Formats: sequence, C-alpha cells, structure tokens
Amino acid sequence: MKATAKSAKSRTAAPGVALLVATKKGGFIVTSDAKRRGWAIRGPFHLGNIVHHMALDPRDGRTLLMAVKTGHLGPTIFRSTNFGKTWKEATQPPAFPKVTPTPGEERKGRVVDHVFWLTPGHTSEPGVWYAGSSPQGLFRSEDGGDTWASVAGFNEHPMYFSWVGGDGDGTPDGPKLHSILVDPRDANHLYLGMSSGGVFESTDRGQDWKPLNTGATVDFLPDPNPEFGQDPHCVRLHPLDPDILYQQSHCGIFRMNRPEGRWERIGTKMPKSIGDIGFPMVLHPRDPRTCWVFPMDGTQVWPRTSPGGKPAAYVTRNAGRTWQRLDGGLPAEQAWFTVFRQAMTADSRDPLGLYFGTTSGELWASANEGDKWTCIARHLPQIYAIEAVEAPA
Amino acid sequence: MKVHIPSPLRSYTRQQSEVDAAGPTVAALLDDLNRQFPGIRFRMIDEQDSIRPHMKIFVNGEQVYGLHVDLRPSDEVHILQALSGG
Repeated sequence: MKATAKSAKSRTAAPGVALLVATKKGGFIVTSDAKRRGWAIRGPFHLGNIVHHMALDPRDGRTLLMAVKTGHLGPTIFRSTNFGKTWKEATQPPAFPKVTPTPGEERKGRVVDHVFWLTPGHTSEPGVWYAGSSPQGLFRSEDGGDTWASVAGFNEHPMYFSWVGGDGDGTPDGPKLHSILVDPRDANHLYLGMSSGGVFESTDRGQDWKPLNTGATVDFLPDPNPEFGQDPHCVRLHPLDPDILYQQSHCGIFRMNRPEGRWERIGTKMPKSIGDIGFPMVLHPRDPRTCWVFPMDGTQVWPRTSPGGKPAAYVTRNAGRTWQRLDGGLPAEQAWFTVFRQAMTADSRDPLGLYFGTTSGELWASANEGDKWTCIARHLPQIYAIEAVEAPA
Repeated sequence: MKVHIPSPLRSYTRQQSEVDAAGPTVAALLDDLNRQFPGIRFRMIDEQDSIRPHMKIFVNGEQVYGLHVDLRPSDEVHILQALSGG
C-alpha cells in the first residue's frame, strides 16, 4: 500500500524549477523536483552550436527561443513550442537592413555576428519578442520569434554610430546589445544596455531613444561622466516597482530611481579587497531593496575571475547601504571561474532560489537565497546564460 | 547542376551531401537552394550579400568570391566550410 501511495504521489508530483542553460556547445534544460533537491539534465539541444541565450515565453509557459550561432555559419534562432521536445528554425532570423553602398562610400551595412539576448514582449502583446545582437542591434518579432525585423528607430537612429562606437569598443567577442527591459506597466516603455554604449530608454515602443547614463561614471574614458559610451554589464528593472533600476557595470554597481533618472553608485560599500566589479546582477522579485552580485577581479589586466580564486556572491538587503558575503558551500580557494552577465538568476519561489553557471561548466544552486550553495551539475560546456522558470506540469 | 553541401549545412538538405539546383549566377543558384531548403542561404551569405568568413564556394574547382559569377548548367559547385575554433 505504501508503494502504491508513493507511486500515486509521484504521478501527481508538483513540477519543479527548470533552468534553461545556454552554453558554448549547446543548450540544456536542468529540472528539479518540487522541493528543488534533486536535479536532472536534459540535452544537449543542438550540440556543437554556440547558444548565447535561451528564454521562455511567460505568456504561454511552453514556447522557448534559443539564440544560436554555429561555428562559421550565420546566426539564427531556434524555437520550440513544446518546452524543448522539438525545435524549428526561425523563418527569418534577425538581420540588419541591406545597405547598397554608393560609389566612393566606405560605410557598409552591418552584419549580425550573433544574437546575444532575448526578451519576451509585454503581456499585452502576445507573440512579441525583442532580440539584441553583436554588434549592437535591436530586433523585434511579432509572431513568437518566427520572423524578425530590424527596429529602425534604434538601428538607423541618426546617433547610432556615435552611441555604439566602433567594433573594437566592446567585449572581447564583440560589442553587444543586451538587457532589453519592458516596463510591465507600459508596452511602449523600453530600456536597453550596450557594451559598450550605455543604457538607453524609449517611451514610444522603440521609435526613438535617449541615453540614460547620468551618474554612471566611467574610469576608461577621458571624461568620467559622458552622456553615453558606458559599459553596463547587466541592467535590471524591478518587476514590482519598475521605477527602480539596477546595473552592474564595468565600473561599479549602480541604482536608479525614476523619474529622477540619475544613477547612484551603491557598490562603494562592498569590501575594498573585493570591489564592485562583476558581470551579473539579480533582483529579488518581491523586495526592490534586495539584490545579488557575483564580484570578479577587475584589477590590472582584468582577470575576470573570482577575486583571489575565492568565489562568492554578495547580497544587499537595503539597496546597497551594506553588503553581505555569501560563500557557504562554494570552493574556499583555487577556484578561478567567471560568471557571465546572463549566467546568474533567481526563481520565483519562497524562499527564493538562486542559481549561477560558470565558465568551467558548473551549475550552482541555493534554495535559501544564497546562504548555502550546492553544485547541481558539472562538466557542462562553458555556460553563457541561465534562466530559471517553473517547469510545465 | 550538382552542388556539394558541407556537413554543417546538411541538416537543411535532409543529410544529402549532394543536391541539384539551378541558376544562371551564383546568386540565383543560392536563391534556388534556399527555395528548396529554406534558411540555408542566410547561414552562408550575410545580410549584405557577402559570403560569410570561412565559407567558400568553388565552381569547377575554382574559388569564387562574389555572387555575380555566371554559371552554366554543366558546372559543378562545391560549398565548403573551413573549421576552426575550440
């Protein structure tokens, strides 16, 4: 009788958390049991393809998009409408407009090297998605990611080439447009981040854009307070209070209250030996004053590894007035991985689950907001991005 | 004409390494390939109509560098992809 009861229970078990893991060699879905204790790996999807981001459409809970680049083949997007069981390529992947140079003209049209970021559109706009590319480009789909169009209001803005700089003004594998944020109160209100370029805002659904970088000081340009040209690594908007923005940038951790529109550096209270340089930033979905970062070594030649080879997350629960180290369960020494900007995330449960993936292919999870970490997968390829979602029933 | 397809693109050609396609120029041939195997062209040719780096097109054993090269029905085309990276 007991076995029967257990079997019946397993048949009706509540679904777990699913981590959408994008790696240098393909995509994976890592799913937990209901209590987030046991984890199982599904995949790889599209083995050998470089996957920069995988994202779920929260409006249907089943459609996944995967940004893919295959060695030397052109970039594309794969779609699944059954949570990864089958995949189909987008009919028209993101691409810049074709430019026919006139004789004597030097500037040619841009070419998408890879799609780096995927963001589902507003809840009032089913089927709308945004994509950010390298080099910096913004694209929009209105049919669930099957066909994509260049957002002319950004990609052909008169200031575009001033904002994005040259191809060398970016990360080692190319400048990127990322952190596409949709205001949950207003589908017309968008933000994006560029490495390099800074943070930009549109209030007309992408037709026009303005820099939003006041206060975001930089230490790599002659002018420490430029209007644009910053390097925000990861920008987040709080879902409950969308007037609050955070960013982990190349030069520190910042917070902004709208509508004032001035970034305030909140990383100065981090320990001096750690600093406030890093890639990812994660917000608590129910508390706008709580967020996590994963610091890296940004000194001298920028090793981009955990400071001293001792990885740790840091949390603030008071909007940056104080920070607390969270390294329970993590290697105490000689751990030299990097956590990329898209490779740290949270689920929506209580207590909140936190997750990060490393350049050395490890997935770490905490079911208690970072107090204790457990390695739930290792030996995966280099991890570019993870998203935590509720697994379908 | 006969077109040889490299392994990274055979997911489009139902794993065929050799397919038939037609066109008076390389551009037209690629359009025909894309009609038969949707999506294959963009993986080889970027949005500015340049052959992507490390993709190579040979006509009768001679490499061509643009899409406006004339073709005859008796020509044989090899599409190749250099492999590199880690």
